[in-house]
Amino acid sequence: MEHRQRIEEQLKKQFDEKIRSVTTDLGDIVIQVQKESVAEVLGFLKHKPQDYSMLLDLTCVDNKGKKPRFEMVYHIFSLSKNHRLRIKCRVPEQDLKVESLCSLWKNANWLEREVYDMFGIQFSGHPDLRRLFMYHGFEGYPLRKDYPLRKRQPKIRLRK
Amino acid sequence: MTTRLQKEARKESLMINMGPSHPAMHGTIRIMLELDGEKVRNSEVEVGYLHRGFEKTCENKTYFNLLPYTDRLNYVSPLINNVGYVMTLEKLMDVTVPERAQYIRVIMSELSRISDHLTALAAMTMECGAFTVFLYYIKAREEIWKVIEKTTGARMTTSYIRIGGVRCDLHPDFKKDVDRAMKVTRDVLKDVKGLLDKNKIWIDRTRDVAVVSPDMAVNYGFTGPCLRASGVKYDVRKARPYLIYDKLDWVVPLGENGDNFDRYMVRMKEMEQSLRMVEQCIEQIPEAVPEAKGEINPHEAIKAARTQKPDEEIRLSPNLKGSEKEKYPTILSDKYGVKVPPKEDTYTTMEGLIQHFKFFMKGHGIRPPKGEVYFSVEGGSGELGYYIVSDGSDRPYRLHLRGPCFHIVSALEEMIKGHYIADVIPTFGSTNMIGGELDR
Repeated sequence: MEHRQRIEEQLKKQFDEKIRSVTTDLGDIVIQVQKESVAEVLGFLKHKPQDYSMLLDLTCVDNKGKKPRFEMVYHIFSLSKNHRLRIKCRVPEQDLKVESLCSLWKNANWLEREVYDMFGIQFSGHPDLRRLFMYHGFEGYPLRKDYPLRKRQPKIRLRK
Repeated sequence: MTTRLQKEARKESLMINMGPSHPAMHGTIRIMLELDGEKVRNSEVEVGYLHRGFEKTCENKTYFNLLPYTDRLNYVSPLINNVGYVMTLEKLMDVTVPERAQYIRVIMSELSRISDHLTALAAMTMECGAFTVFLYYIKAREEIWKVIEKTTGARMTTSYIRIGGVRCDLHPDFKKDVDRAMKVTRDVLKDVKGLLDKNKIWIDRTRDVAVVSPDMAVNYGFTGPCLRASGVKYDVRKARPYLIYDKLDWVVPLGENGDNFDRYMVRMKEMEQSLRMVEQCIEQIPEAVPEAKGEINPHEAIKAARTQKPDEEIRLSPNLKGSEKEKYPTILSDKYGVKVPPKEDTYTTMEGLIQHFKFFMKGHGIRPPKGEVYFSVEGGSGELGYYIVSDGSDRPYRLHLRGPCFHIVSALEEMIKGHYIADVIPTFGSTNMIGGELDR
């Protein structure tokens, strides 16, 4: 609880209304951030004295039918404090651009390529935004809720 | 399509494809290399050959049904994957697990970790030409898998750890069997140490090859033995202890340079720590419920249930030893609706049958509350995290896996840069890339 207050104070002081909310969910601190400032907030948290130096995970959730539709989820970890944070930002369907984290963390490169591959989120500032798991020429974004489970797109056409 | 590497390459360089099907690539992965003589100038790693839509599949399966899929992520340590998934769900649903089941989970996790490290090192050493060592390692792994098979009923795809506990109790001779397996493993580790630790060829091949500095390791999100080889002390079991890891006495081995040799050394030392942990668990584990006698087959049980007297119990022979009704309180949580009801009840009582149907019927079964949760355990090659979003239905709205080797393999391009082509393979081996977990 104390930890949460400290982080909330720091962030509110630095970013004011760019931070939408700070809550606790099942023992994890969840910070909702405005989309435009997500890289800025993560950069602030990465460096000392906050020292959340490790990007544990980066993924996306498709809340189809809700507005805004997508939600980016970042998990960052501080080795010195042994503490984990979850940062979230909402991404509307009309504007799928999110700032890339490649300049902060090197593993963001592949993680963002994966999210681009699976959800079609565009990361601005990414050096090499291509599909990671699917092949070049694959149509659609498989992890979106409107992509059918059994849809097949074989690279070589199947024999009838 | 021209790749990034082709665009960046110099005209006079030699371009070589390693993989996707290459005898030294354990798993299908393609490494494109730009060579200057035998030196790697630049490279590009292409993954996704084993992508089978794990996350998409899980989002269309019930929480109980998707458990076997988690076995197939890291197929040399499936039990840790089970533990990770199951504990994430337990955190979301607030389930407490009986103490004996917690000990069993730790024993199984540690045995899996040993088999994982043995496999990783076996591949790595073999690729450097140490075929004897490979055979020794595989011999030890075989002994461990025998123990796992006897308890869980399967060697690799076990699905043994269940929501709320474990599938069944340890088999009666477990202590004897595991002692034997541990003795063989200890002997193998001793032999391998004698063969490799001061072996000039081995040291020349691995020392100062693919050095990863602590900063680089953290920046790439390394976890597990690869991070600790660089000298960063982070182990999920120590940092945020789960199950009963805080009751055990063990240390986190660390490396110094972060080269291939350190990654080998850290894994060797970790196996010793894991063996220590298993020993302590066997000392501390609470007593099991004694074996019951006089069991009958399911079809006989159904017949007997028709003329059953109210105070009479019908004993059913379980399809896996140790999963009898009497054992349930010590191996599975008493929370209603998270576990499959005992087979004795299903076959012989009306309520049991209804419970059974309710558990497996579409739209019923395990329905965690709305919310989202992230939980991680220490897997064979690092922090194995699950992120689950639940919308209150019987299947996950979103399930995301943080595979440890994903982050490590993404650093491979930088690790092999400037080294000889012969070093690519052992470096790749030292990352312990597992296709199932990387490509999902």
